[in-house]
Amino acid sequence: MSKPTALSIGIQRGRLEVKQFMRQRESVVFTMLFPLILLAIFGSVFSNSIAKGVTFSQYFVAGMIASGMVNTGFQQLAIMIPMERDFGTLKRLRGTPMPASSYFIGKAILVTLSMLIQVILLLAAGVIFFGVNLPTSAHKWLLLLALLILGSACSTVLGIAFSNVPKSGRGASAVVSPVVIVLQFFSGVFFVFTQLPHWMQQVAAIFPLKWMTQGARSVFLPDSFATREVAGNWETGRTFAIIGAWLVIGLFWSIRSFKWERD
Amino acid sequence: MSKVISVAGLRKSYGSNRAVDGLDLEIEQGEIFALLGPNGAGKTTTVEILEGFRDRDSGEVRVLDFDPSAKGNAGQQWRDRIGIVLQSTQDAGDLTVYESVSHFATYYENPKDAREVIELVGLTEKSDALGRTLSGGQRRRLDVALGIIGNPELIFLDEPTTGFDPEARRAFWSLIRKLRDEGATILLTTHYLDEAEALADRVAVINRGKIIEVSTPDQLGGRATSLATVSWRDGVELREEKSANPTALVSQLAQQFGGEIPELNVRRASLEDIYLEMIGGVDE
Repeated sequence: MSKPTALSIGIQRGRLEVKQFMRQRESVVFTMLFPLILLAIFGSVFSNSIAKGVTFSQYFVAGMIASGMVNTGFQQLAIMIPMERDFGTLKRLRGTPMPASSYFIGKAILVTLSMLIQVILLLAAGVIFFGVNLPTSAHKWLLLLALLILGSACSTVLGIAFSNVPKSGRGASAVVSPVVIVLQFFSGVFFVFTQLPHWMQQVAAIFPLKWMTQGARSVFLPDSFATREVAGNWETGRTFAIIGAWLVIGLFWSIRSFKWERD
Repeated sequence: MSKVISVAGLRKSYGSNRAVDGLDLEIEQGEIFALLGPNGAGKTTTVEILEGFRDRDSGEVRVLDFDPSAKGNAGQQWRDRIGIVLQSTQDAGDLTVYESVSHFATYYENPKDAREVIELVGLTEKSDALGRTLSGGQRRRLDVALGIIGNPELIFLDEPTTGFDPEARRAFWSLIRKLRDEGATILLTTHYLDEAEALADRVAVINRGKIIEVSTPDQLGGRATSLATVSWRDGVELREEKSANPTALVSQLAQQFGGEIPELNVRRASLEDIYLEMIGGVDE
């Protein structure tokens, strides 16, 4: 038999990861349905318009799509990997000839698939129940695609890097979830960003989620809304530059710090 | 013919604790070699260095003619030839036995057939059961299946039968012998001395980071030539005597009693007696 490549093993691992994910009902429900529940609550409570032709639901769906990248990448991996470390999954893999990159390819496949399901569910629910308008130009769809690819990649490597922070698998959720929730509040997912206190906006601007939500708004909100952003425009170039910078930071951080075993 | 494992002057410290302190070891091809020692003796550290999980401070280590601390591609090729069965794990609970085993087969260049391996460890009826539904013993056999799927030349077994019932242990032992008979070399660490006695071709006793003795189970610690203990009942009293010539003592007693000796018992030191004496002796 010929030697299997890192990519082919990685694809096999991806299939396995997806299979395991689908069999964990609680986590499927939590990851996939919780954002829909939030959308239902916020969409019903804030049924007002925040600008001409822009409902709060429209604004909120953009924020939730950005959050979806963080939930399925950063949050999912930063909780899952410490558990795998505790269970001995990682040490066992380390003892086989499986290339390390195959493990990360598998995780990337899992993140991509769950992120796509998440985005489709949010868009479908938004359109059906809350009258959210989908982008009409090809340019906006391409922008969304680019944002999803770069944003998910960034979120994935940061999740792998952050997986070394929780001391144990059991405590991982308690360490990771507050980070995500606080960032969501600061980054204008739950509230209109420009209405947040100035210092909060400045803190948020350091982290990628703020830029992901702003990028998502540039896709889903009319261009007339751009004047109401902090900078008075969408800052598309800066958005991609900052998310890209975090991708590079996450890449180096994860490669340097990844541990296959608990100390 | 080179040794499968050869270790000379191995040292590893954690802070001021010298976990492995000048250890020498040679393991031949095709043998079952048991490493015995109390907790904290340096057993786990030694094995993890041999498995390439831990770096050493100094000393020579060759495993299948490879330095396990080397990184990179060569390490992957080396891992293709070894199988590691770690202490109990609980991963892959949401995959079936067959899914796990056949997936691990994709990591190796020349794997065994997944169905055959599942049959070999006696899990055929559980092929389609999820990992989390397996009992402790079945779970352990799955660990072994994942360790041997790559058709390894050298197998590391760490406390393989912890939590087994006696019948499962016997079945497991015959599985290990079968792997040895197929040509694999096996390095076993265990707390069970009867397991070492039943399985191992040779045993090494490790304490305080050093090998105290390497021998066959029946020769360890001068066991074969140690004094035998003869005990019998003399009236109300239970008497006991240690003797280098127990046969002579017994025939003398037989004459004395004019035939049957009441409650006669002749006993050699068990591996456990010898072992406890050895590790106790070092402590003093």
